[in-house]
Amino acid sequence: MNNTTVLGGIDPEIADQLLTRRDALRQGASTSTKVVTGLALASVPIALAALAKDAFAALPADIVGVLNFALTLEYLESSFYNVGVGTSGLIPPSDMAVFQQIQKHENAHVAFLLAALGADAVGKPTFDFTAGGMFPDVFSNYATFQAVSQAFEDTGVRAYKGQATNLMSQPDILTAALQIHSVEARHAAEVRRLRGLDGWINGTMGNLPAAVNAAVYGPGNPASDYPAEDNTTQAGINLQTLVAYGSDPLSASFDEPLDKATVLAIAGPFIVA
Amino acid sequence: MSDSGNSTSAPLVVDRPLTANSRRDFLRILGLGSAVVLLPSMFAGCSDTTATARSATEAVTLDLTTDFGVLNYAYALEQLEAAFYEEALKHIATGCTASELHALLSIGQHEVVHREFLKAALGSNAIPTLQVDFSSLDLTKRDVVFQTAKMFEDTGVAAYNGAGRLIHTPLYLVLAGKIVSVEARHAATIRDILNPKSMSFAGDDVVNAMGLDQAFSPSMVLPLVDPFIVTPISA
Repeated sequence: MNNTTVLGGIDPEIADQLLTRRDALRQGASTSTKVVTGLALASVPIALAALAKDAFAALPADIVGVLNFALTLEYLESSFYNVGVGTSGLIPPSDMAVFQQIQKHENAHVAFLLAALGADAVGKPTFDFTAGGMFPDVFSNYATFQAVSQAFEDTGVRAYKGQATNLMSQPDILTAALQIHSVEARHAAEVRRLRGLDGWINGTMGNLPAAVNAAVYGPGNPASDYPAEDNTTQAGINLQTLVAYGSDPLSASFDEPLDKATVLAIAGPFIVA
Repeated sequence: MSDSGNSTSAPLVVDRPLTANSRRDFLRILGLGSAVVLLPSMFAGCSDTTATARSATEAVTLDLTTDFGVLNYAYALEQLEAAFYEEALKHIATGCTASELHALLSIGQHEVVHREFLKAALGSNAIPTLQVDFSSLDLTKRDVVFQTAKMFEDTGVAAYNGAGRLIHTPLYLVLAGKIVSVEARHAATIRDILNPKSMSFAGDDVVNAMGLDQAFSPSMVLPLVDPFIVTPISA
């Protein structure tokens, strides 16, 4: 499946069909197996794009808040890769295809969220990718660029995960957010591998500067809902009682969500205004 | 659990913990004395006979209007994935580097953790152990193992992405979210092993022009995994 439909280029008849389906879902039929299995989820992105201008014009304020939070993070990522990929001599040719692909996705996420939010979209902040001098050579030292990239991607995964339950009232938006979430996880895994790490997170292993590593892989607030990435208890079940593995595979089997405030605290040093 | 009692495949470290696990799990479930014990399949997992000899052959029906149905859908997929890696690690012989074996072993462990977690979380509501069949695959071949792994991981990502909207309980949605991003990390890893440092880790075949990964409904997923599951599953 590979939807290449551009925003706005939807056949009106198809859009009508999707609207009808969406209305059906809205009317409480979303729990019906028949409806759910009948709705090809492949069409959801098209539906979301087609409906962005109309049906989502009246998005509840809390949904708008979540999407603008996501948009801010996507602005951060897309701007970062636009500069990095465009900086001659920074990314070695061997790795360029990877970062061009990531760049493409982050820009697509920005466009997607802008379309969904319409007039409610927040503007793009001004960024400082040195984070006030914490990463002075971010665009001249490839190792630093990779480290910041990993921090953004792994934080992005945690950020989207932390917002999923806030989108449950809007199934189409939830699905789209999950579809972005797993793309961020693919990015994170690839960047980690470029840096010589496993694609998954063993304990809190990130090989980032200590303070950054502690923030990116540490607990959120409250820690009971947003544990650190080395967590090995899920839904009250101690995973160590289930299998005789070490703590690394147990913690790596589950990624942990992060609350909005903690994410923004991580992103804060990169945002000037 | 599959026939992981085969301890002769020395290089495959996974056999040891998996065996220990099945023993421990067997004892743990017995000790709890829950209704789970009454399911014949639970005993099958801890016997020395193969999983295919004792697992469920009766049809499994998933009621996806309930959270237990959706979680059992996830449990079914995790059973399949875990069994695939357990089987692949027993057979794969040549052509793998140490780091590739490390990836297979780790991913296999993660899938076993997912399976055992969902089984424990579902308790008496869990579906039986599914009968799986990978005999159509030549798992001694590196390319077959990794291509199949790629299919399972991409399908897993798409399945969780599509199932999120079916979940009613916030806690369960969070748990699904905690698992799906790990599946995506697996998919990217397998893809990077097959096509190193290319765009494949999040290729245009799985991520569309809007930057969205795949989301499949159960009716799209089940036919994809059907060739490897003997137990009839309907949703």
